[in-house]
Amino acid sequence: MNDEGLLLSVRRALRDQLGNQPGINRRHFIKLAGFSGAGLVLAAASPAPLLAAQGADVAAANAATNVELNAFVEISTDGTITIYSANAEMGQGIKTALPMIIAEELGARWEDVRVVQSPINEDRYGRQFAGGSTTVNRTFDQMRQMGASAREMFISAGSLVMEVPRTELKTEDSRVVHDSGRYMTFAQLATLAAKQEVPDPEALNFKDREDYRIIGSFKSGVDNLAITTGLALFGIDAQVPDMLFAAYQKCPAIGGKVVSANLDVIRKLPGVVDAFLVEGNGDPKALLDGVAIVGNTTHAVFSAKRQLEVVWDESAASKDSWTALSAEGRTLHGKRGPHLVIDKGDVADEFSNPDNTVLDAYYEYPFVAHLCMEPMNATADYRRGEPGQKDTVELWVPHQGPVRAYEPLRELFQLESDQVTLHQMRLGGSFGRRVYTEYICEVTEISRRVGKPVKLTWTREDDIHHDFFRVGGFQSVKAAVNPQGQLVAFEDHFIGMEQDGNPVMGSRFRDNEFPIENVASAYVSQTMLGIKTPCGPWRAPGSNTNAFVTQSFLAEVAHAARRDYVEFLLEILGERRWFEEGNIRSLNTGRAADVIRKAARESGWGRELPAGRGLGLAFYFCHAAHVAEVAEVSVDADRNLTIHKITAAVDVGPIINMSGALSQVKGSIVDGLSTAMLQKITMEDGRIEQSNFNNYPVLRIPQTPQVDVHFIQSDYEPTGLGEPALPPLAPAVGNAIFAANGERLRKMPFSEAGYTLV
Amino acid sequence: MPTYRLNVNDATQDVELTEDMPLLWALRDVLGLIGTKFGCGIAACGACTVLIDGVALRSCVVPVSAVVGKAVRTIEGLADNDNLHPLQQAWIEQDVAQCGYCQAGQIMSAAALLEANPTPSDTDIDAAMAGNYCRCGTYSRIRSAIHRAAGQSTAQYVNAAGERDA
Repeated sequence: MNDEGLLLSVRRALRDQLGNQPGINRRHFIKLAGFSGAGLVLAAASPAPLLAAQGADVAAANAATNVELNAFVEISTDGTITIYSANAEMGQGIKTALPMIIAEELGARWEDVRVVQSPINEDRYGRQFAGGSTTVNRTFDQMRQMGASAREMFISAGSLVMEVPRTELKTEDSRVVHDSGRYMTFAQLATLAAKQEVPDPEALNFKDREDYRIIGSFKSGVDNLAITTGLALFGIDAQVPDMLFAAYQKCPAIGGKVVSANLDVIRKLPGVVDAFLVEGNGDPKALLDGVAIVGNTTHAVFSAKRQLEVVWDESAASKDSWTALSAEGRTLHGKRGPHLVIDKGDVADEFSNPDNTVLDAYYEYPFVAHLCMEPMNATADYRRGEPGQKDTVELWVPHQGPVRAYEPLRELFQLESDQVTLHQMRLGGSFGRRVYTEYICEVTEISRRVGKPVKLTWTREDDIHHDFFRVGGFQSVKAAVNPQGQLVAFEDHFIGMEQDGNPVMGSRFRDNEFPIENVASAYVSQTMLGIKTPCGPWRAPGSNTNAFVTQSFLAEVAHAARRDYVEFLLEILGERRWFEEGNIRSLNTGRAADVIRKAARESGWGRELPAGRGLGLAFYFCHAAHVAEVAEVSVDADRNLTIHKITAAVDVGPIINMSGALSQVKGSIVDGLSTAMLQKITMEDGRIEQSNFNNYPVLRIPQTPQVDVHFIQSDYEPTGLGEPALPPLAPAVGNAIFAANGERLRKMPFSEAGYTLV
Repeated sequence: MPTYRLNVNDATQDVELTEDMPLLWALRDVLGLIGTKFGCGIAACGACTVLIDGVALRSCVVPVSAVVGKAVRTIEGLADNDNLHPLQQAWIEQDVAQCGYCQAGQIMSAAALLEANPTPSDTDIDAAMAGNYCRCGTYSRIRSAIHRAAGQSTAQYVNAAGERDA
């Protein structure tokens, strides 16, 4: 078909379409809404997109025009495919991975795809929150539906224009291709495709994994050009006309109330526009008392903040002391806690059986900080309504789920969600930190008070002192092995932390924690120590400390029973079974055994090593991911630790973006090594004792080990990789150190036992 | 407020600034060059690294008064018009960034390294880049991207499974 013929054909088809379905009341026109609960949710189209699509017909003759195929996919008549990314990007890679899923099902050429961060609108895009390594799993079917639906609309358009049956058409490389090889490009078909009936989502077919061309490939992040050339992306980069800059000082002891401050002095400092006291609601997740300083530059307000003298009322403030907490924990070793988690079989019988080998141990792990490279910040433009009109606020926020701000903004400022406009900014790291909204509430209050747009930036010291920390804790563990060397009993006294009668985030030991489901007798009890220090999710909450304890202790037990740890673990796992068939969040012993065997084989497990060198393995299951890691280390007489290699075997189902997946595993391992070796937050008299990079160490490039990653791409549902590769790292290294020099490390960070990473 | 004549990315402009203002905040809050990032404020993390007369320095502790008469180069001025610097190109090809926040500082430190040592070893890279923290742990890809930009082989970054591991 020549160009003229094509045009005629398209025009005829367009006329036919419009003739058949006049106006905006086309009965069957339904818009594919962006979200799915159990299945796909369809909504009747609002007139606006349809009118826009009709307008496109006219404009198409002159210039490139974007037409919408569904909430996530737009096609331009110049061939550009716009895919919306609706969730927060914090380095976990979903801004690239999720559009890859759409592009795959659509049959797009990846080079034609442009990814745009969507507005915040959960009615249109579905849940807009990223966290818990859940986003890929939660949205995989939704993304496939968006891509497949758009693909079917292209095939319908192609069928009309090329005058061939739909069944003889497919899409690939941004073209609709006929079995004969004849094709039309998405660009040519764009306006027509947008007019096709949206297919029934239940009738959509998805590609088989072996036909994937985009999913599973190595794709560079869609924001990389902006990142490497310094374009604005992050929350801290927000720039609003007439914007002022702010700092906010809260009481160093969490929960202290502000009484007074030297505001007269502060207001006269260069570049300072205003300074005032803020009365909060006492909730660290919403608005704590403090002193706001507003000025012409961040430097002006940071400098003024250093001269701030505040009188705090600390009568209700935190008095937490790590020294006291760890002393109290130690007194509980060997005892049982008041809260029972599980009691199965008969641990007492196994522990008292003289034929069994019985071992106990006490483990400890500290609080740690998130230390996102981008400190907490947000920008607000609070506008008072004209008489009779409501106030509004526009917010630019680096946050894992900005809609979480609606509730505290309603409580604090009586702002309903329709008075709040949220802009999702890229997050300069999060690791679970940016799930609370206090910095959003703070900047809203400050902008409201000064009546101008304000960017609030926390100093690094604020960022560490007012973190929601990974909770520290202690575990007293005990196990029995029978004369055949088999694990027969496991007991854990979990000594965690609580606030207001509830365990803090990450302070938990569940009744399905490995190896409880796999051992005949188990007893788990808890003691909760009360604290006021705020705690929150920190990359694999709970798992990152429980893995250290259980996988280190089981290796101790295996050693005491003169068993090889890999064989011991495989025996505990037993036959291949899935504890809850169909629920990827339940342990699958077959997948577990596969990653353990894979990590062992690839790392050369069992080979002879020179003195001072050792291999250590750990397995952990969390976030629907089965992961095994082997550390190969050398330790010298001065406890200088060299990590020669980390071998990771990971099963998270099919990999979406190979590049992002490798990055997540490697990053988790670096992060895990940082916390295992170096990091510890302490508090005394309610005050956090660390403040910046000079006293809170982070792993640096010279200490970065070689990491070999092996994915087992099973056919189970895909899931996220932001967290699950972290928990096995600390016990793998601890077990390797034991293999190298016989010293068992039961306390993180290992630096406290004199180890230095070289 | 005194006026300072600043030369940033080959453009000269007179700017009124308080004399103790660190270059970082002059760039970000006054000139609108937000590519240079704030991380710690005490020259400990490397996020704010810029080149001053070709030397990689932490702009959060360099007062503007110290850069008068010197050439400041930020991440926005690293590319030669539309031609990306080889490091920027390599950073994209190796998909170095995770969150991306520290990467401008990483690239500026790497630019100073390659200027001084066009064919660095891993040890050279580790030494030059040790002051630039990355919380996401992109360090191995930073190494591979610097090698790539230097025209060196990145074959060692193909992992045992045969997957390109940047």
